[in-house]
Amino acid sequence: MKVAKHTFDAVIVGAGGAGLRAALQLSEAGLKTAVLTKVFPTRSHTVAAQGGVAASLGNSTEDNWHWHMYDTVKGSDWLGDQDAIEFMVKKANEVVVELEHYGMPFDRTDNGKIYQRPFGGHSQNYGQTPVSRSCAAADRTGHAMLHALYQRNVRANTQFFVEWMAMDLIRNADGDVLGVTAMEMETGEVSIFHAKATIFATGGAGRIYYSSTNAFINTGDGVGMAARAGIPLEDMEFWQFHPTGVAGAGVLITEGVRGEGGILRNASGERFMERYAPNLKDLASRDVVSRSMVTEINEGRGCGSEKDHVLLDITHLSPETINKRLPGIREISIQFAGVDPIKAPIPVVPTCHYQMGGIPTNYKGQVVVPKDGNSNVPVAGFYAAGECACASVHGANRLGTNSLLDLLVFGKAAGETVVNDFRSGQLTLKPLPENAADVSLARIARLETQTNGEDVHEVRLAMQRTMQKHAGVFRFADILKEGVTKILEVAERAKTTQIKDKSKVWNTARTEALELDNLIEVAKATMISAEARKESRGAHVRDDAIDCAETPNGRDDKNWLKHTLWYSEGNRLDYKPVNLQPLSPDVEPIALAKRTY
Amino acid sequence: MSSKRTVQFKIYRYDPDKDDKPYMQDISVELEESDKKLLDALVRLKAKDDTLSFRRSCREGVCGSDAMNINGKNGLACLTAMENLAQPITIRPLPGLPVIRDVIVDMTQFFKQYHSIKPYLVNNDPAPERERLQSPEDREELNGLYECILCACCSTSCPSFWWNPDKFVGPAGLLAAYRFLADTRDQATSERLDNLEDPYRLFRCHSIMNCVDVCPKGLNPTKAIGKIKDMMVRRAV
Repeated sequence: MKVAKHTFDAVIVGAGGAGLRAALQLSEAGLKTAVLTKVFPTRSHTVAAQGGVAASLGNSTEDNWHWHMYDTVKGSDWLGDQDAIEFMVKKANEVVVELEHYGMPFDRTDNGKIYQRPFGGHSQNYGQTPVSRSCAAADRTGHAMLHALYQRNVRANTQFFVEWMAMDLIRNADGDVLGVTAMEMETGEVSIFHAKATIFATGGAGRIYYSSTNAFINTGDGVGMAARAGIPLEDMEFWQFHPTGVAGAGVLITEGVRGEGGILRNASGERFMERYAPNLKDLASRDVVSRSMVTEINEGRGCGSEKDHVLLDITHLSPETINKRLPGIREISIQFAGVDPIKAPIPVVPTCHYQMGGIPTNYKGQVVVPKDGNSNVPVAGFYAAGECACASVHGANRLGTNSLLDLLVFGKAAGETVVNDFRSGQLTLKPLPENAADVSLARIARLETQTNGEDVHEVRLAMQRTMQKHAGVFRFADILKEGVTKILEVAERAKTTQIKDKSKVWNTARTEALELDNLIEVAKATMISAEARKESRGAHVRDDAIDCAETPNGRDDKNWLKHTLWYSEGNRLDYKPVNLQPLSPDVEPIALAKRTY
Repeated sequence: MSSKRTVQFKIYRYDPDKDDKPYMQDISVELEESDKKLLDALVRLKAKDDTLSFRRSCREGVCGSDAMNINGKNGLACLTAMENLAQPITIRPLPGLPVIRDVIVDMTQFFKQYHSIKPYLVNNDPAPERERLQSPEDREELNGLYECILCACCSTSCPSFWWNPDKFVGPAGLLAAYRFLADTRDQATSERLDNLEDPYRLFRCHSIMNCVDVCPKGLNPTKAIGKIKDMMVRRAV
């Protein structure tokens, strides 16, 4: 097969929030940039974010970045790197105000400022009372943000390659990254994108689970590509189960509903969060709320004929508030739960939502790997931002609204780093290895010729059911162990996937088979990292981790205050220290403590 | 009611790699209890026959990928309830745009029109340190405009867009144009109106209102177009 070659200063893979924010930095600096995206930019999953983006603007309640930093570190169960967290929360006001200047239609306070609402785990005065920190455009913040970012890129003349699927990372013998191979979906042709800098902004892989709030496209493409190319994946055992997915459908109901006063109730109508989080109640951190809900269900206090969900109640809010602040939720609830939330509560269950781990980066957006005894050596030419990256600001549990903040801050930071490295002459176009596209061509050729193979749909389903059963909200030592065996079996099956569709044109069967290769890397990383981590921390909670003075909530700081690194080759695990030191010498580290809400 | 049921489809099929011309395929699929929306049924069909091609992503009506013509009317597969559809359920690509394969259309012309209205805020004052202020009432003017998901259901149901897709901006693009005209922070009002002052770009809208009828987000492009026309008239007098 003939392989075309395109040469750019930089190639960005993904056009969600992080990719578009990075692209803006590069386009406005005049770098010749290609943005590859497998869907039209405004179809990226950032569009589905609802409740808001965190910034300590203090528009309706007093706030400052120190409190935001404390909440984020505590939310991460101290697994987040404090330098990156300080960097993010300090940049929050700047990147949110920028978006407003780009035209984002934020809701407004009476005095015309950006409207802010309370959100889970965000507090005033180091955990004392809820704070209004979430900057919102009704309950369509992600949509408003993604469109504003796309529109700004139209203004900046960013060059998009729409409906191109990146396939594999290209590295040379030194491990430097030289670009990617990608397939144009309309023609099925494979091209090489050769660049001085490659930024991954490919989002998460929530589709490894059977029940997920995530879009079909969230298949961890960048994470899978990086893993196959020898880059380790960080902290992949940490997955966020959002407390409020619509029972049965999985569609997201924003935490902003609880921010506006919504209450979770069990079968007897009890506001059960008062028992689990006496202080922040329904606005405790997501991992805490999800576990409380599952506990209610497991102990027989679930709702409905199957007692398999709880209820999210906003019937006490005025219809005006619901229509003004939560119009999208009302729409979703009517569409997917058959319930008008003005009149009746919404049935909800914890649903896989967000990948805390990912491609290891520093706070500048550079991808970093262990080398010669140093845990964080930048990979020349390789950058990552957003959900596919692990900076790590979310650690073991992300706070709501910190994901939109993450993609803005680190999308911009990655873009700025590339521009600086470009201008200082550090970035050069290194020669491509011979046959740089061979791996990708071989993958396509295998799908062309595979016989007696496995059905893509069936293998994906087997993976999703395995992940759901063996690495869910609560985890058990024996079930995790069994999960490792099972997921490796599924991974074997994925090596011989077979498709019936042999067309070159818009072959979605082939796209799904290629996506499955990426999902499988993520699923293996998750199960193996989770089985190995013998403690409870944030979203990773095991039955064999004991809550005592030595290990509060089962968290074992003596042995496990460290980041996991999983290598695809040989399923090898390695670890690196958590950075407990903030970026600025005059900022006090947030000291380890037992996490309660 | 039994949990499983079989549903009949008539689907537009065309693979330029092997088909001389498009054809309508009769096909049925057995659905599970949980298959409530048309998209669920199409995903179920695709598991049976992986050659069936359609775009889809968020499955909750916010990304705008899975617009198609369903029993003669444009809509999003993920928001269309199966129980309301008469059988055989006839699925065709959005009308008026070139078909690439099956129900996947080439949306180049649609996005070209969207881009032609300069879909971004123009404000040449030096950026203040904090947000530009906007009253809640002024912000409310953007409701019903900014929520557009660019699915193209409206423009591809509009006869004026079918006849002049290269000259008429179409309902989606005009809704976006008014979204910026209505924004108190935007300073390009007269340029935006100049850009639309043309027998085709704006004035080909004859208020047929198909756009309003099909919009899956319940938006009203005709009303927005009317407001642009009012602004044109007002600045002329």
